Amino acid sequence: MSDVARLSVVDVSRYYGRRKALSQVSFSCGAGEIIGLLGPNGAGKSTLLNVIATLVRPSRGVIQYGDRQLACGADVRAEIGMLGHDLFLYPELTARENLSFFAHLYRVGDVPGLVSRALDRAGLADRGDDFIAGFSRGMRQRVALERALLHDPTLILLDEPFTGLDQASTAALVDRLQERQRAGCLIVLATHDLDVADGLLTRAIYLKDGRMVGSDTDTYGLSERYRRAMLA
Amino acid sequence: MIGFFRVAWQVMRKDMTIEIRSREVLLTTLLFAVSVVLIFAFALVREGRAPDDVAAGILWVAISFSGTLAMGRTFERERYNDTLRALMLAPADRPAIYMGKLLGLLLLLMLVEVIVVPLVALLFLAPIFTHPGMLLALLVAGTLGFTAVGTLFAAMLVRVRSRDTMLPILLYPITVPVMIGGVRGTAALFQATPDEPVARFWIGLLLAWDAVFVTLALWTFEPVMTE
Repeated sequence: MSDVARLSVVDVSRYYGRRKALSQVSFSCGAGEIIGLLGPNGAGKSTLLNVIATLVRPSRGVIQYGDRQLACGADVRAEIGMLGHDLFLYPELTARENLSFFAHLYRVGDVPGLVSRALDRAGLADRGDDFIAGFSRGMRQRVALERALLHDPTLILLDEPFTGLDQASTAALVDRLQERQRAGCLIVLATHDLDVADGLLTRAIYLKDGRMVGSDTDTYGLSERYRRAMLA
Repeated sequence: MIGFFRVAWQVMRKDMTIEIRSREVLLTTLLFAVSVVLIFAFALVREGRAPDDVAAGILWVAISFSGTLAMGRTFERERYNDTLRALMLAPADRPAIYMGKLLGLLLLLMLVEVIVVPLVALLFLAPIFTHPGMLLALLVAGTLGFTAVGTLFAAMLVRVRSRDTMLPILLYPITVPVMIGGVRGTAALFQATPDEPVARFWIGLLLAWDAVFVTLALWTFEPVMTE
């Protein structure tokens, strides 16, 4: 397993002008963990995911990927898979074309075979040649997840992955994440959906106004722990 | 290097596939460019005769204004589903992504020019077939210089709310040398007696500008695209 699955966030702050989106956030995690970033809107969850994804530079502090730092760029990005709140898909292209395009960018071998397997996993083998524009939110989300996992990343970042999904799609997504967890990937997800996250996370990190206000590794009772962390 | 061009090709091919299906940017850009040429024709052509030396200026006004429109629309697509972020996340060289976007826009503007140049020739009696090779070189070099800067700025401004206002404000002053080169070189070819040495001089200067602009854009794309 690559060292990118050992992640250290060290004293990371991010300012937008005078506004602090993140303030002195620190934690470490490793392979096989599912980390939940929890907090209200504007808590800094998405900013933190973007900083870890190398899309946003921290104003202060460092992100350490194993022995490497943010500056490593493309090497690190090759091992990161990210599913954003917007799904990073082109609606004018078919599901197969979207996956093929990103597979080429990620320089994976046997692109047609890989894309067919990804469509199978998404349960869309018979809809691969349909345009994304005609898909429901849940179907798009499944394609987007497979797009993020095409290159078999060791660090998986998910921003609100359960938004707009029905129960069956949510269960399928949870299964897929747990399968990746067993494969030794490190998963960091930002979510408001505490019911789904309860029992899924190996660790919860609570953010409020850009600050880390708590962290725990308890398995259940997430809603209550979240409430307590936000009131503290 | 092979990886660089492979990524650029993939990005350009993706943009072209989307454009062939939607024809959105090509049709708006072409319609705008044709409208500009027609408005000038209605204003300036009297009894079938246009004033001397206006054709080159009108041609480049049409190219630059419609080009700005195309740049904005192309990146609007990447903004709409946040796909630019997905491109930035890929382990590909980010300058290769810039190159792919640049080549896509260049191809699009060259397609617009295939219609606009003969239209200018028809309405303003511009002799486009006396030195077709030099005219083609001027159009390619001028459009490349303009697009090289425009692609970089359009990408930079994609998350800025006032991007539609900011793009021309940033783009036109910096591309003034390209516009001067394009207009003067094309005007030298459209004269009653074409001045080849002058046209050749401007082609050389445009190519030099292109080298500078493309190099600077490739160099700065990665840092400016990381927030």
